[in-house]
Amino acid sequence: MAIEGFVAIYIFMLAGFAGFEVISRVPVILHTPLMSGSNFVHGIVVVGAMVVLGHAETLPEQIIGFIAVLLAAGNAVGGYVVTERMLEMFKSKDEQKKGAQE
Amino acid sequence: MNFVVQLSYLLAAVLFILGLKAMSSPKTARKGIMWAGVGMILATLVTFLHPAVQGVTNYILIVIAIAGAGGLAWWSGRRVGMTEMPQMVALYNGMGGGAAAAIAGVEMLRALRTLPNDLQVRAEGLAMDADISVQAAEAALRAEGAGSVGIAAALGADVAILAILGAFIGTVAFSGSLIAWAKLDGRMKRSQLVPGQQIVNIIVFALAVGFGILTFFTDSVAVVAIFFALGLLFGLFVAVPIGGADMPVIISLFNALTGLAVGFEGYAIGNPAMIIAGTVVGAAGTLLTQLMAKAMNRPITNVLFAGWGSTEGAA
Repeated sequence: MAIEGFVAIYIFMLAGFAGFEVISRVPVILHTPLMSGSNFVHGIVVVGAMVVLGHAETLPEQIIGFIAVLLAAGNAVGGYVVTERMLEMFKSKDEQKKGAQE
Repeated sequence: MNFVVQLSYLLAAVLFILGLKAMSSPKTARKGIMWAGVGMILATLVTFLHPAVQGVTNYILIVIAIAGAGGLAWWSGRRVGMTEMPQMVALYNGMGGGAAAAIAGVEMLRALRTLPNDLQVRAEGLAMDADISVQAAEAALRAEGAGSVGIAAALGADVAILAILGAFIGTVAFSGSLIAWAKLDGRMKRSQLVPGQQIVNIIVFALAVGFGILTFFTDSVAVVAIFFALGLLFGLFVAVPIGGADMPVIISLFNALTGLAVGFEGYAIGNPAMIIAGTVVGAAGTLLTQLMAKAMNRPITNVLFAGWGSTEGAA
């Protein structure tokens, strides 16, 4: 559509570098939460699934589009919940104190 | 309205990258997932305004799917114990891969639906130019070779290639992640499905590549269906021999693959948020897979091909 040819290749390249860069100094203890967090981020597939179901015109397209949205929503919501729960263990000291006082 | 949608996608992409950055440090990790969460909600909400989303039935289906699957995922994610987290990541990741493949499926079905029309228009044009009958022109176009008709003709070569690649990667990540989930959840203990697994794997892969190329040129739904089935089968066969201890590394690899599939399908449907988020995850996930393998003191090739030599002959 709007993005074509070399522009798309530039976007792929720059996004790839960004991906490498943002996690280049991650400590071992955060490996699993970060895997889960990036699993949540590709849950953005839900917007693509919504678009293809949104422009579906025949029954087979609607069925497969519906499955796409189902799966994608599971990815996004499940990915968030699991990551959030893992990261609860990394509460900062202040937050833990606050929690203890309550 | 499209301006609002595109601006929100841009904002979501920024939030995802900042969120991932924050998630790679223990102090800011919780903020990071919240930022990414805000980006996701924003992107999902504005997509209801997307110009391509039309029809009351489709709107209702979208809401039902999001509420149903979202609710179920929320409930299951809250419920599981801390030690069961890795298999849940595998399960949700597999769903993402499946969604990317399903997007490719819908786009290919649309392409196949518009193809006869496309051929008709081209044949009429040729008939006019060459002063022959429309039927003769159509026959000539078909005889000219596969490249003149088929999915590639309807979608454009670049879109078709990335849609096909994304579909293959997505189906592999889908079935592979489900096996990873089943293994970690203790539902599956086998390390071999068929005798001579590694040779079968190579054959299935070669067939999948062949049908991927056929899909590029085809105007038959059956070819597309076989291609998807081969992708699912290959993911299954690749994941089965891998042992439970190596699973986190493999889940990370499938996670990176799903990211890549999402990025490719993002290009196929012209969605920049998917391209950027998917590619970032693809790259970050690849690096993370290497880091995890290194932390376990195992080269990634060892993990991937561990079962290949040793399972021979063992039933």
